[in-house]
Amino acid sequence: MTALSALIRRDIRIALRVGGGALIGVLFFLTVVVLMPFAVGPDLALLSRLGPAILWLGALLASLLTLDRLFMADHEDGSLDLITMSRTPLELACAAKALAHWLAAGLPLIVATPVLGLLLNLDMVATGAVALTLLAGTPALTFTGMIGAALAVTLHRGGLLMAVLVLPLSIPVLIFGVAASQAAIVGPMTFGAPFSILCALSLVSLVIGPFAAAASLKHGLD
Amino acid sequence: MQLSGRGVICVRGGREVFSGLDFEAGSGEAVAVVGRNGSGKTSLLRLIAGLLVPAGGTIALDGGDAELTLPEQCHYLGHRDALKPALSVMENLTFWADFLGGERFDAGESLATVGLDHAADLPAAFLSAGQRRRLSLARLLTVRRPVWLLDEPTTALDVGGQDMFSGLMREHLSRGGLIIAATHAPLGIDSRELRIGGAA
Repeated sequence: MTALSALIRRDIRIALRVGGGALIGVLFFLTVVVLMPFAVGPDLALLSRLGPAILWLGALLASLLTLDRLFMADHEDGSLDLITMSRTPLELACAAKALAHWLAAGLPLIVATPVLGLLLNLDMVATGAVALTLLAGTPALTFTGMIGAALAVTLHRGGLLMAVLVLPLSIPVLIFGVAASQAAIVGPMTFGAPFSILCALSLVSLVIGPFAAAASLKHGLD
Repeated sequence: MQLSGRGVICVRGGREVFSGLDFEAGSGEAVAVVGRNGSGKTSLLRLIAGLLVPAGGTIALDGGDAELTLPEQCHYLGHRDALKPALSVMENLTFWADFLGGERFDAGESLATVGLDHAADLPAAFLSAGQRRRLSLARLLTVRRPVWLLDEPTTALDVGGQDMFSGLMREHLSRGGLIIAATHAPLGIDSRELRIGGAA
């Protein structure tokens, strides 16, 4: 337990210091959402109808933005060698790293959502629904994205490959995230059904992600 | 405690680096792995550390902790120092001590031994190559592991640093540890030579 909490604390600390990735995601999220009304035009009704989708897309892209560095940085400086050799199972270490990434890069997106909701003419209920679906859905993005991050290390390709691998996996999360938000705002579906599926997607990725990432890292040892 | 390899075969990128390699090292013994560039010195250390999978043969540690695997009883000091530039010297060291676990010694004392106690609060980004190497050595002192796998350990160390390091290795051997070091330069301690890949 000490080992895992040490790993989580270290990764969060690095992400929050100058040059870390935590704020980059939020800034990107902010930029995308602020630019959107200029592109769509000042039609308030249209903006509030598109609002949940815009917030979800922004959060999806922002959370993937810094994810490709999840293992790459540790690979480049040799930390990954020591983590692989250690007494902590690699699967748990992967899960700890993903959790740290979500706390440092995913949680700030959710905190920023109410502010950005104002820019998209979303009312309290709508903003709350989007924030709640993001809270339930972003862990799925991080934990499936982790598989892509591990493959990027194994195959010695960063950035683009990561996006190509991970974006298809995040489509279900996007569909049910936006569906649940829309259901809460305009109906006619119930909020519960898509939201439950969203939670299920997160839980499944929490289980599969660490094992797949660790298997990929072990396979790619060199 | 006895580390032994029997008929170890190493294949990298489809090319056989070495094959049929036998080696042995017992408690209190240092083995200097020598050979020309590309002969597989680093590969051998990474095979022992479990970071590469041998294409054939076996590597085993007899008489160690039966609960632990061989890599879990090893310290690996590679070309890369496993340091985070954004963290301070002390934060880097205590992270590895917390993460690696096991028997643990005072981090401040280890820093003093390697001559970095004055820089404990300095971000690792500002360390020179030699200081980074000293900080990696402090990791070996703070967390105890019986087997040290050292890849070109004296690179970047100044004369004083090399003497200090020789002393640390002697102390480790006297505690019953064992050392496998890939090196071109003399280690500064009594060691057995393991030559791989023909004459240098």
